[in-house]
Amino acid sequence: MGKTLFDKIWDRHVVKTIAGGPSVLYIDKHFIHEVTSPQAFKGLQQRGLKVFRPGQVVATADHNVPTLNQHLPIKEELSRIQVEQLKKNCAEFGIELYGLGHPYQGIVHVIGPELGITQPGMTIVCGDSHTSTHGAFGTIAFGIGTSEVEMVLATQCLMHTKPKLMRITVDGELNKGVVSKDIILYIIAQISASGATGYAVEYAGSAIRNLSMEARMTICNMSIEMGARCGMIAPDETAFAYIKDKEFAPQGDAWGKAVNTWRTLYSDADAVFDKELHISAENIEPMITYGTNPGMGIGITGHVPALGEIDEREKPSFEKSLLYMGLTPGENIKGKKVDYVFIGSCTNSRIEDLRMVAAFVKGKKKAGNVEVWVVPGSKQVEKQAIEEGINKVFEDAGFVLRQPGCSACLGMNEDKIPAGKYCISTSNRNFEGRQGPNARTLLASPLTAAAAAITGEVTDVRELI
Amino acid sequence: MGKSINIIQSRAVPLTIENIDTDQIIPARFLKATSRDGFGKNLFRDWRYENGDEQKPKAGFPLNNPAYSGKILVAAKNFGCGSSREHAAWAIKDYGFDVVVSSFFADIFKNNALNNFLLPVLVSENFLQQLFDEVQKDPSTVLEVNLEDQYIKIASTGAKESFDINSYKKTCLLNGYDDIDYLLNMKPEIEKFEKQYA
Repeated sequence: MGKTLFDKIWDRHVVKTIAGGPSVLYIDKHFIHEVTSPQAFKGLQQRGLKVFRPGQVVATADHNVPTLNQHLPIKEELSRIQVEQLKKNCAEFGIELYGLGHPYQGIVHVIGPELGITQPGMTIVCGDSHTSTHGAFGTIAFGIGTSEVEMVLATQCLMHTKPKLMRITVDGELNKGVVSKDIILYIIAQISASGATGYAVEYAGSAIRNLSMEARMTICNMSIEMGARCGMIAPDETAFAYIKDKEFAPQGDAWGKAVNTWRTLYSDADAVFDKELHISAENIEPMITYGTNPGMGIGITGHVPALGEIDEREKPSFEKSLLYMGLTPGENIKGKKVDYVFIGSCTNSRIEDLRMVAAFVKGKKKAGNVEVWVVPGSKQVEKQAIEEGINKVFEDAGFVLRQPGCSACLGMNEDKIPAGKYCISTSNRNFEGRQGPNARTLLASPLTAAAAAITGEVTDVRELI
Repeated sequence: MGKSINIIQSRAVPLTIENIDTDQIIPARFLKATSRDGFGKNLFRDWRYENGDEQKPKAGFPLNNPAYSGKILVAAKNFGCGSSREHAAWAIKDYGFDVVVSSFFADIFKNNALNNFLLPVLVSENFLQQLFDEVQKDPSTVLEVNLEDQYIKIASTGAKESFDINSYKKTCLLNGYDDIDYLLNMKPEIEKFEKQYA
């Protein structure tokens, strides 16, 4: 029997398997940031340990950083302490830090790929659930807790049981106005916020194959929103072309050798998955969420489910969710007024996302009732956007281009959506309070978010392109 | 850490909402600490208090209901989804819970719980409903969780269900061992692995 892509990478990294228990898995790359690492470093200090392989750890500051005036000291005291603590820890333990002010600083899942640190066949972890993003390159990449961050710092290993395997095949051509964010929101709406729990998911099919690397990252990024341990896509020429000549990509002879190895990373034709799901790309329309978990998504022309469409047992959670969102069962989502538009996060803050938005808004003006924040994923994305004049397009449209960070995706810094306000957001989570206490989040693609910025309401972008 | 667990007999607190994510368990604005302590007071902060104000507890929320208490949290399916923040497990443990029962746990949360000697007990949808029914009918209902023998029992009715846990993790929890101790002891093997791997 053939092997899956997941098996091939997993098997190569197993140091040992404990009978009736987990495997000891070797980790190639470990990304850390200021929020989930301080207690891990403290643990090392208490045990008198060093970082075992500091060269395999890369740090950045992203969750807590301001997105305006980054050259000034961080105003919020606790945020400042956390960012300073990261700096101290990295200096003490010999870890490379791309902190505030560094030209490589940015959201951890944006900088790993753009620097060529993320490479096919690797095992990658980070104390952040959206680590699944890196799976777009054919890696096993997943989020871990702080105790596990400490384990990897101390031993470069983790103890995990092998997940089950699911393949989601998306075939066909995408409709006009439909982008990769819509694919993943559609998949999650189909299988629910827990539909892939316990599984590693491989995405395959012609619609996936035709996507750019950045679009693929958007899909793998949100694998965790259906509970998946990780999401992955077999690396191909598109992936190799993306990685080539990146800062930390293999150079010279090493490049050819690496690509030859990477070409072996695919699921064999006779490989067997525990679960298979097939989706026709033609069935996907621009998507939007109406509820408080990412599985509560509908097509833009659809309606919030009526009570009769909800399973009896799920009604209390559904009603609580709608009450929070200020929505009525059965109502249409199109035409709903929005107050804020957030374009950013590790899901959709890369240069292609910004280009997509800029191409759409060029020559248009934002609606008077909305505030629009565009937060680039990294210093390099920001620089590129300025070089291409995208900042000018945004300025003319009345959008504010801020500085890199996680920003309003989770509102740990001052970028919060006020209570009761609606925000159409390109981020990954619409949980209660995620963007600020009592803020109401509607998840959508950069294109759908941009359309709402122009009209001031939930809009079917297909009517404007 | 190093705190072992085995038999827990206690009342329980029921949370019947599904898909409780870690942002609810501990909102992001409380993740700015650099130590592991003291997260319990912010557990379910925004569900517990009006506008986050400790002076204004929300009456309907089970943690604010004096009838409910104990070391066992019983929660509806897909508990702990979302962010990988271990702060969620720290907050639940720090509040005083030793066990979380649900019909479905998110992966990362489950690992984080185990690494903090907070026992996740997975039960069937039917048994979960029985637990909710009994505890809501009579909040003084005592549940017994036995890790050694891998069962959970409702003391009053005798209803009982067994639960799974891998034998390695079970040994860790019963004896107070951490994964990190195991891994540190494996350093020579890891170094050997690196040599043949490179």
